[in-house]
Amino acid sequence: MRLDWDPVRQRHVLLGPEGVLLLNRTGAAIVDLCDGRQTTAEIVERLRGTYDHVDVDQVRGFLTRLIARGWLEVGDE
Amino acid sequence: MNRPLGMLAELTYACPLHCPYCSNPLNLADYREELSTADWRRVLTEARALGVLQLHLSGGEPLQRRDLVEIVACAHHLGLYTNLITSAVGLSPSRARQLKDAGLDHVQISFQADDQALADGIAGARAHQRKLAAARLVRELGWPLTLNVVLHRHNLDRLDRVLDLAERLEADRIELANTQYYGWALRNRGALLPTREQLDRAEEIVRAARRRLKGRMEIVYVLPDYYGPYPKPCMGGWGRQQLTVAPNGDVLPCPAAHVLGLPRASVRERSLAWIWQDSPAFQRFRGTGWMPEPCRSCPRREIDFGGCRCQAFQLTGDAARTDPVCHLSPDHWRVAQVLRAVNREAEPVTLASLVPRTRAGGRPPARSADLSEPAGSHPPGR
Ligand code: SF4
Ligand code: SF4
Repeated sequence: MRLDWDPVRQRHVLLGPEGVLLLNRTGAAIVDLCDGRQTTAEIVERLRGTYDHVDVDQVRGFLTRLIARGWLEVGDE
Repeated sequence: MNRPLGMLAELTYACPLHCPYCSNPLNLADYREELSTADWRRVLTEARALGVLQLHLSGGEPLQRRDLVEIVACAHHLGLYTNLITSAVGLSPSRARQLKDAGLDHVQISFQADDQALADGIAGARAHQRKLAAARLVRELGWPLTLNVVLHRHNLDRLDRVLDLAERLEADRIELANTQYYGWALRNRGALLPTREQLDRAEEIVRAARRRLKGRMEIVYVLPDYYGPYPKPCMGGWGRQQLTVAPNGDVLPCPAAHVLGLPRASVRERSLAWIWQDSPAFQRFRGTGWMPEPCRSCPRREIDFGGCRCQAFQLTGDAARTDPVCHLSPDHWRVAQVLRAVNREAEPVTLASLVPRTRAGGRPPARSADLSEPAGSHPPGR
């Protein structure tokens, strides 16, 4: 799994064996914070440092979708 | 118009194996004039500029290309995610190390079965032991490992043991792909199609394994051709997300599309961008405008895009018809008829009734159990 910047589309992408995920700016920021150590709560906290409105449920929903599609693994939270 | 996300680079159709379900064209001999290393460099550069992010290196057996490491290094340098789809025959420790150093991201190894005798029987070569060694090597070098197993009548009943093998090899993913009936697989269709009973058992095994291996191994199960009520969304839509470059430089919207006899589009003559955007081949079935009824007015037309053009052509002789796999297609009886025959057969079909893929192409001695040739199954010559 690799987080990358695509200069052709001018957006962040997540690359893996099963395919490609085109991310928007917040999506990329969230994935960037998934380093295997942070909890969801900590990720939300860090996002609040950058963005005005961070909806916990939205972040949680995004992460759940990534996990369901096999793009992320859950550590021992 | 969308930009393509992925490209399948069929580097060569040469392969030391003889799988009877190989999706390569029957006229293999027509593809001997392969692109050079410099050609591939140019194609990869153009692909990246066009928006391709993921590169699948396949064949045939891509390890048969002596310049594979160079091609991988070039792709990596361009920022492409590289996936090697291989039989693993030829993946020596030194070659593997070179590929790793060149930046190869992922390796996908095909297995024919869990059992050596059966696996080698299907492959028509002594390959199973080498695959086991190669899979371990992939793990040692720290690559994620995907196993790929093509499923059919002769290995479907051993699915639990196939999954055990994947677990022993510590695979991260296993792709269980029911045979798709193109190329050699279509020729061998009668002897490869599983029965409904076999498929029901297999699905039960997949469900149980998914529960048991959750979080440890991802199981991708490609639904069987012919048995579903709806066709697959072939390639995510014609000329919409994916493209294929054949060993001789022909560019196709789908690896099976060589049978359609569309106007040729080759990287030897045109830029990849022109081929993607403007070539008649890529425009022919793009979007929904070409669709006949019942697709034209169907709410699923942007879900499955009317199914597979190659399948429509192979089963009806007309690529612009609704995929006969769809139960709404007026040609669905053709599929139903084939399935009835398979599920009625009393005689067990043995491995000996399969026609192995051969380099000579065309017509090996007829041992096929499939005596009724489907319409248009012979690719038109170029
Ligand atoms: S399916 Fe078998 S014969 Fe065909 S390219 Fe793959 S390994 Fe070779
Ligand atoms: S009629 Fe066409 S669009 Fe509708 S489900 Fe069947 S193949 Fe898909």
